[in-house]
Amino acid sequence: MSVARFWRKIPQRYNLIGTRCETCGRHFFPPRTFCPDCRRNGKIVDHKFAGKGTVVTYTIIHTANEQFEALTPYVLAIIQLDEGPRMTSQIVCRPDEVKIGMRVKSVFRKIATDGRSGIIHYGTKFVPEE
Amino acid sequence: MVGIITYGVYIPRYRIKVEEIARVWGANAADITGGLGVFEKSVPDLDEDAATIAVEAARNALLRRYVDPKEIGAVYVGSESHPYAVKPTACTVGEAIGATPNMTAADYEFACKAGTAAIQTCMGLVKSKMVTYGLAIGFDVSQGAPSDALEYTAAAGGAAFLIGRDDPLATIHHTCSFTTDTPDFWRREGQEYPRHGGRFTGEPGYFKHVEGASRLLFEQTGKSPKDFTYAVFHQPNAKFPQKVAKTLGFTPEQIKPGLVVPRLGNTYSGASPIGLAATLDIAKPGDRIFVCSFGSGAGSDAFDIEVTDAILSDTFRRDAVPGVEQQLKNPIYLDYARYAKHKGKIVMQS
Amino acid sequence: MRDVAIIGVGCTTFGEKWQSSFRHLFVEAGALALEDAQLSGEKIDAMYVGNMSAGRFIEQEHIGALIADYAGMATRHIPSTRVEAACASGGLAFRQAVIAVASGMEDIVVAAGVEKMTDVEPGASTDTLTGAADREWEGFVGATFPGLYAMIATDYMHRYPLTREQLAQVSVKNHYNGARNPIAQYQQEITIGTVLRSTMVAEPLRLFDCSPITDGAAAVIVAPLDRAREFTDTPIKVLASAQASDTIALHDRRDISTLDASVAAGKQAFKMAKLSHKDIDMVEVHDCFSIAEICAIEDLGFCKKGEAGKFTADGETALSGKIPVNTSGGLKACGHPVGATGIKQVCEIVQQLRNEAGKRQIDGAKIGMTHNVGGTGATVAVHILGRV
Repeated sequence: MSVARFWRKIPQRYNLIGTRCETCGRHFFPPRTFCPDCRRNGKIVDHKFAGKGTVVTYTIIHTANEQFEALTPYVLAIIQLDEGPRMTSQIVCRPDEVKIGMRVKSVFRKIATDGRSGIIHYGTKFVPEE
Repeated sequence: MVGIITYGVYIPRYRIKVEEIARVWGANAADITGGLGVFEKSVPDLDEDAATIAVEAARNALLRRYVDPKEIGAVYVGSESHPYAVKPTACTVGEAIGATPNMTAADYEFACKAGTAAIQTCMGLVKSKMVTYGLAIGFDVSQGAPSDALEYTAAAGGAAFLIGRDDPLATIHHTCSFTTDTPDFWRREGQEYPRHGGRFTGEPGYFKHVEGASRLLFEQTGKSPKDFTYAVFHQPNAKFPQKVAKTLGFTPEQIKPGLVVPRLGNTYSGASPIGLAATLDIAKPGDRIFVCSFGSGAGSDAFDIEVTDAILSDTFRRDAVPGVEQQLKNPIYLDYARYAKHKGKIVMQS
Repeated sequence: MRDVAIIGVGCTTFGEKWQSSFRHLFVEAGALALEDAQLSGEKIDAMYVGNMSAGRFIEQEHIGALIADYAGMATRHIPSTRVEAACASGGLAFRQAVIAVASGMEDIVVAAGVEKMTDVEPGASTDTLTGAADREWEGFVGATFPGLYAMIATDYMHRYPLTREQLAQVSVKNHYNGARNPIAQYQQEITIGTVLRSTMVAEPLRLFDCSPITDGAAAVIVAPLDRAREFTDTPIKVLASAQASDTIALHDRRDISTLDASVAAGKQAFKMAKLSHKDIDMVEVHDCFSIAEICAIEDLGFCKKGEAGKFTADGETALSGKIPVNTSGGLKACGHPVGATGIKQVCEIVQQLRNEAGKRQIDGAKIGMTHNVGGTGATVAVHILGRV
């Protein structure tokens, strides 16, 4: 991933900055600048997600894409953030720990690096909430 | 009065025991634990590095006390294992806590005292009213060469301190430093692991500078060990801080809460900061804490800190995040092979 | 709108074809199709070619022009267009060809699909396929393509009574069929044990739940129905062509275990053809992973939600079953050269309807269906074809 593409999404990756529509209360992650329900009547503002959510579904990746090979086996899940939107993320836990319905919270981790000399892609993963 | 507004710590969950490292190198574990007073050390996860540790420590600090991140005017972070040689960890931390863009920042390196140097800098900026709040972090994913003595203790962790004037939970009455050009421990650019002067790191290194800074502070403040409730020293192992405490006139009870190295290892730039955090975790209003760090190269920063009522007030929630003791619990132990994988000690296809 | 018919089909063998380049594959398939239609190249008015990622597999873009050139059409200056929708590229190319003829814009049109996947290392291949998903919000965080379908499987098996053995039966059946398909990548039958003992890829999906990396090409030629008999005695009529889209990321779907785009395209196709499920004699569905076939037969309405596992285990989707699914061997056994699959599916149905399917022939086949999916369900194309 190029430096510009990574940099552009840093507020989302580091801080889960999305948006919400003040008119209908719907939250969006990644951010939308236009509410599909309220359309022109929707008033969109920034929203920093709390980083708490629930596991909707998951898998344990054994065969990974190159950048993630060292991490296998790792948990990949779809998480429903408490505010509503869903997102895909790794969960840092033992493969046998993850369950549908498990509560999780966000943490700051290294997602990948662009080789040995390229930049480091930091971002958000999740851990089980004790 | 300038002081600590809030603080937070992050220690990764993985550990390796001294006896496991000794097993691989054919060393005598009992000799090592007996000699160093260290039993196990923390190890970063595969997706953790010094920057992720610094961010988690900073976020933990900000979860204990509400501060508008836009009021943080300075971020100084000290480490020996900044992920980039050029591109500041401070910027990533600033971004991750929402303090950017109106802030100054830089990365520090001064071996194990880079974190306390950052505290001093933030004190100056706050005291001079150049900034409202300054964030200082000492953190590392310390490296020790395979089979070297340092490998038994080089650990991972960090502590963050938000410095300000408005209702600190601990006032920093005074700080002073003792610095010389001493080649006790170093790492040349491009080298994977640090080197050190063996026994030379003791008396001409650690002891000279810790005693130097400590005595300078006693002289400048008129205080002596009996005026303090607790003392925290840089802890490359358990023996050095115990010895220097005795030499200076502190008791074993005074240094006990801040002596975390037996179960944590030496987190280098995180060492005395985490020791201070562990002490603050149990401190009461009125407690006076003496801190003296040490960084090879060499230098020591000494501090006279007094805990205020604010530590028990409603604005500071010490239990909002796990403290040092809680983060030392429930470790996940690794064997040497997995430890080596975590620490990047295995030569991969480039 | 005119009626459209298929007048010729051609398919290369599918597999790891070290000797065949991208261009060679297309030319071979095209030549087979022209021969099947007893057509010479000068009669072709336009071409559509489905290809997912020549740019990343062979560093080549501008595929429409490349194909026209190597098919010997360059000097005739016909329109030639590449169509891309990840794994649904072929199905969409076919639909574009059908639309071109139905609208009256063109008469004789080639719809082809080609993918050359083995010229890069497997790591690069799987990363390229991740581009079928949401790169920013799925790929970047560590999702793999099998991982996404594995999450569908986890969700499905949490909510519906599908056993691991029933899921494996999908691959077993497809290998059985593939062993009877001369072009299939895998010619060997397997057992449930083969599937369950194979390497874990992304739980619960194992290697034998996953379609392979494949090189291959396929081509069909369409013409107005009222001209079809100039070229063939066995024209096959396109009874319906439907296409639907959905969110690119799996996490944005309404229901993780239902590909709403399959449901929408399927309904639209039945409506267009004025047919119902009992009229369909066989269906080629998009079994990129075994779970995908389970969802497909439910989403298309051949059985109720939650029942596809039992339906499969009971043999209802076998050659001798109520509704044979993937007589070609599917993506699993026939292989999955991404852009070619949608066209291959059409070729298979055409051969079935022409009674040319040899050992996997469904007797009396009159109407067949194809179902081609892009990504985890963001694009679906469904076609219904019938004997005239």
